[in-house]
Amino acid sequence: MKPRSVGTDPREGASRTAGPWLLLAGTCAVGFLLGSCGESQAEPLIHQHLFDEPYDPTAEDLGKIEVEPPPFSDGVFPCTDCHDPSLPVKGTPRVLKRAHQDIVLHHDEQNRWCLDCHSKVNFDKLHLASGELIDFDESYRLCGQCHGDKYRDWRRGIHGRRSGNWDGEKTYLLCVNCHYSHSPAFQPIKPKPAPIPPQRTP
Amino acid sequence: MTATAGPTRRDFLCAVVGCAAAASCTDPTHTPFFRDHLLEMSPAEIAEMVARMEAEYRERFGRDIKVGTQGPREGVQFAYALDIARCVGCRRCVYACVDENNQSRDPQIQWIRVLEMDKDRGIDFEHANPYYEADEVPRQGHFYLPVACQHCENPPCVKTCPVSATWKEPDGIVVIDYDWCIGCRCCVSACPYGARHFNWREPTIPPEEINEHTHLLGNRPRPKGVVEKCTFCIHRTREGRYPACVEVCPVGARKFGNLLDPNSEIREVLRSKRVFVLKTELRTYPRFFYFYGL
Repeated sequence: MKPRSVGTDPREGASRTAGPWLLLAGTCAVGFLLGSCGESQAEPLIHQHLFDEPYDPTAEDLGKIEVEPPPFSDGVFPCTDCHDPSLPVKGTPRVLKRAHQDIVLHHDEQNRWCLDCHSKVNFDKLHLASGELIDFDESYRLCGQCHGDKYRDWRRGIHGRRSGNWDGEKTYLLCVNCHYSHSPAFQPIKPKPAPIPPQRTP
Repeated sequence: MTATAGPTRRDFLCAVVGCAAAASCTDPTHTPFFRDHLLEMSPAEIAEMVARMEAEYRERFGRDIKVGTQGPREGVQFAYALDIARCVGCRRCVYACVDENNQSRDPQIQWIRVLEMDKDRGIDFEHANPYYEADEVPRQGHFYLPVACQHCENPPCVKTCPVSATWKEPDGIVVIDYDWCIGCRCCVSACPYGARHFNWREPTIPPEEINEHTHLLGNRPRPKGVVEKCTFCIHRTREGRYPACVEVCPVGARKFGNLLDPNSEIREVLRSKRVFVLKTELRTYPRFFYFYGL
């Protein structure tokens, strides 16, 4: 995108014909009021960066990202501790009665169920829509299948929290470190105490 | 001349007799009253002053407070962005900032102020409420706008200071020299963002809660009668780390980085999001951007 310059504004021409003397007087008055008449100010740095070239996605590194470990509940992983791979898998959505009753799905529950994300071939893995099996520490690829805009922002560092160094090594969080995968909406939290309003000292 | 701070009888007499006499009876760099402006001091003089400062803090707090003097880095201009579509007004940043930057607990000083606003009104400072109390946030029908120093490119506070005790560093951080500040509070009234705070009384912090990692122009303990404000965590960011508020935000609404690096998070925000600054019409050109991340 070309940097926007003052002359390209169509309204500019109108004001030019509307009386240059009036404009000059107005400018001087405003300048006087602001107490900076005659002071020449360099163009703010920020103006030089607001109109950049569009983002170049081909320059993006799509390699694996170092993340915090997934937040498994105690004793739940590896799944194959309980799920015997040699037993047949029931392939139909149903209410769970013998295990995982605590999981209530609030994540497009009309259209989704366990095996849309969890693999029935290898219980210790997740699977993408393509059938590719992925580890739990790469679950952002799974989430990114539907939430592409968030995935893009997350990769570029503007969605989600990062810690560490602004110019070096950073720690990323997995989607599931903040959003509980079975019910991803943020829950309200208790705020820290309000500031004390200013008081008259005795 | 002892190593402790504060005016002695000798210092007072020196001041009365005049600078020439002062130079003859005491080394001017040894006392905050007679030293040069910080930007005119030599590195050796600054090192000596910092050593005196650390000794004074050790005596006062019984803690080994390190006062850093790291300067700006070439090719770095700091900028900050905050996603107001995500902020939930939990005030975690406020208290992380207080702990990190040794702000007075009593009287209470908080560099970050979280404003609660009505969604119906939009951004309207006249009806904003910083004192909201709630069991849970975000509250229905409200949004939240945290405000601290905007590190303006054209800072009115710097213009108004009669003694040049506050200035903009080459990396964009607006800093205050607490020893040079005369406490006139011109900057407090000049700042359109309410970002500057005055120490009306002696600031108090429990010694065990003091952060020992400090910077000369940042979070070192302040005396009574001076102004203080956000420094983008100068002691952290000049070492390459994120500010404390960025790392504590539970919704990841706070972004920080180098404006001159095209791959930085801040540039990505400017490139791809709807961005605004507060009080554009005052042409302060803040380095603190607000954006809608959703």
